Amino acid sequence: MNHLEINKKLKYILPTVVKPGRYYGGELNHVLKDWDNIPLHTALVFPDIYDIGLPNLGVAILYEIINKRNDALCERAYMPWLDMEAAMREQGVPLYTLESHRSLTDFDLIGFTLPYETLYTNVLNALDLIGLPIHSSERNETHPLIIAGGHTAFNPEPMSEFIDAFVLGEGEEVVNEILDHVKNAKSAQLSRQQLLRELQAIPGVYVPSLYRVDYHSDGRVHSIDPLEEGLPKSITKRIVPVLPDPPTHFIVPNIDVVHNRIAVEIMRGCTRGCRFCHAGMVNRPVRERSVKQIVDSIEEALVNTGYEEIALLSLSSSDYTHIDELVTDISDRFAGRNLSVSLPSLRIESFSVNIMEKLRGARHGGFTLAPEAATDRMRALINKPIQAEQLLETARQIYSRGWTTIKLYFMIGQPTETIEDVQAIADLCKEVLKEGRKVIGKKANLHTGVSTFVPKPHTPFQWATLEPIESVLEKQNLLKDQLRAPGMKMTWSNPRETILESVLSRGDRRIGAVIEDAWRHGAKFDAWNDQFNFNVWMDAMDAAGLTTDFYSSRTRELDEVMPWDHLSTGVSRGYLEREYRNALAGRFTPDCRTQCLSCGIVPAFEGQQPQTSDVHWFCPDPEVL
Amino acid sequence: MQRVRIHYRKGEELQYIGNLDLHRIWERTFRRAQIKLAYSQGFHPQPRMHQACPLPLGFTSQVELLDFWCDSEESLAELQEKLVKTVQPGIEIVELTNVPLKSPPLQTIVESVAYNVFLDQSHDLDDISGKIEELNKADHCMRERRGKPYDLRSLLLKLSLDPSAQPAMITMQLSALPGATGRPEEVLDELGISPFSVDVVRTDMVLITLP
Repeated sequence: MNHLEINKKLKYILPTVVKPGRYYGGELNHVLKDWDNIPLHTALVFPDIYDIGLPNLGVAILYEIINKRNDALCERAYMPWLDMEAAMREQGVPLYTLESHRSLTDFDLIGFTLPYETLYTNVLNALDLIGLPIHSSERNETHPLIIAGGHTAFNPEPMSEFIDAFVLGEGEEVVNEILDHVKNAKSAQLSRQQLLRELQAIPGVYVPSLYRVDYHSDGRVHSIDPLEEGLPKSITKRIVPVLPDPPTHFIVPNIDVVHNRIAVEIMRGCTRGCRFCHAGMVNRPVRERSVKQIVDSIEEALVNTGYEEIALLSLSSSDYTHIDELVTDISDRFAGRNLSVSLPSLRIESFSVNIMEKLRGARHGGFTLAPEAATDRMRALINKPIQAEQLLETARQIYSRGWTTIKLYFMIGQPTETIEDVQAIADLCKEVLKEGRKVIGKKANLHTGVSTFVPKPHTPFQWATLEPIESVLEKQNLLKDQLRAPGMKMTWSNPRETILESVLSRGDRRIGAVIEDAWRHGAKFDAWNDQFNFNVWMDAMDAAGLTTDFYSSRTRELDEVMPWDHLSTGVSRGYLEREYRNALAGRFTPDCRTQCLSCGIVPAFEGQQPQTSDVHWFCPDPEVL
Repeated sequence: MQRVRIHYRKGEELQYIGNLDLHRIWERTFRRAQIKLAYSQGFHPQPRMHQACPLPLGFTSQVELLDFWCDSEESLAELQEKLVKTVQPGIEIVELTNVPLKSPPLQTIVESVAYNVFLDQSHDLDDISGKIEELNKADHCMRERRGKPYDLRSLLLKLSLDPSAQPAMITMQLSALPGATGRPEEVLDELGISPFSVDVVRTDMVLITLP
């Protein structure tokens, strides 16, 4: 179906669906190039609905980079919601891009971004809606090349049957190398196999079909090996040694989406070393943007978009070297423009309140803090040292300086956690609200978000077990019971979704059959509470002869081969093991910007570390110690 | 302080965008153009902007009106130049005019609205022509919308078919006064035409003559 036929069908379909503005494109700052005069056609797909996908920063970055090239164009597609999907299937309309309304089959390359595992079934659904065979092995050079990246790519094994090549790590540089190869393959008419071999030679690219996995008889992975001579035994992620200028031509949607804002990464990476944290391990080393680079890009993006909200993104904003200068600059420069500025992940200390006070405009919501744990023992286990008194003092400051709501994030189900550790969370929350009551009386509110720990690949807790559902429920019930008071609100994760996330995030290649079976039986939009169907997944596990216990609650030995052991974030397995032992022994390790813990990042990216003093990685020289 | 009325066209890119979203689109357009709107008073100050009567989803328009208030002393030409540079795709600015500050809200002074409906070859023009004649002759045309009965005929000011136009075209003019607003989809339905099978363009907006 060509784009004219698609347009004709849309005329009938769109008036019948909810929020048709999701499916038409035409937004400010979209890029529509002349199809016939551009040799390379690429598309990026965020496999959830427009409202969720449009604000994704990864897509925004790659869209700008690809469209800067004269020889390539990049368009976008998102998943249709159920009503639109039904109408499209009924009318035979394939998944199409918002820019040219062309079917995705017309493109040379389709890139999926996969930031979380519960998007997997949507990828299969997207491939099917495009009209492609879902298995990589059934596609050839007449089909678009399917590439995926994002945080889940650090263990892509469950999706390895469906995706032709994965990109590990940051995409800013590698995307151009991939495009060059795909363009050459197109003009040289290379076979799909030849192209995949070429792609595997690019650092940071992983072609799963060129690797084989052998299993022990009990199902554990025995080994993962390249199928041919000359292929790397292990693939290391890509990084950009110095952060490039951030994107400033954000697409401004015509409808309301989840985040209507300019997002700027002020830094990438984190040195805190919280042991459960995937982002903190896979995004090393720490790299900052300069205050000038950030403020100038905001200024430019404001002119380009007219957005009224700015989000300064990082994993640990308080660690940004010039945080005080940055917020002062922003509040001076953008004062009186009715803008709101958000700054996540602030340390629990009163300095953070000073910082937020500078950014606070005419409107302000809650003040968010993430203590994660409430007892000293758990804090030592996860390596997040926070004193209860410091939290209470910070809360006092927040309530007395104009905020009426504090949001606290905790995580239950960490290794060795007892019901007493959870009771301490409830006690601490009550103490915090009590501080608020003292200052502003009944106006004080406390929202508590309680997530459940999921062991993630490439973290010190990759060997840990998922807490059984019975005790998770018991802990959640305790909190629900005790945090039910005026001024208190609590949210928690669905423990069944947690089980699925756990299986998918540490899964091996055999999980691919489970994802396919679940999708064939109707699973999609698994990240949506009202769409998630646990039974379909459990049936699919049964059908594949697999158990959730094997993936989530089985004890893994320290020397077990992990399904992702051939993929490297630069952080060594030795470091992760040391940190796991330190956790179980209740030992804190310091912030590694003060003392190198030899995580492996520096040698993994040897020669890439910039040598100038104004841009550096916050990795102290181990020899200085 | 000045009050400015924008006459603009709304094109295909925005045909599925409703009034609330359009309001936000204009707010951002003013930000990009660096035109500082006056804000309303109160706890949640909002930029002062009024839109005339909403355009149904799926339609395009030659005549949309929007009033805004700003403190700037810039000329209309200057304001227009700034807006044109950064307007959302699908909006085409036709003209800016000044309006007395105290003149009534835009949404209360639209008297009637005209539409052109373009018919492709799948439609039976004789049948439609007969139904139009019937409707024009009738004194009443009782219909129900959202459970409430009303007389469509009393809201219909003009209705005619031009079968020789390429493509064939229905022209209609409907009352748009508060509490007495005719909807073009309702007229089409009365004529047995699915609104999905035609292109509808709003062509005119008649304002009440103010003393």
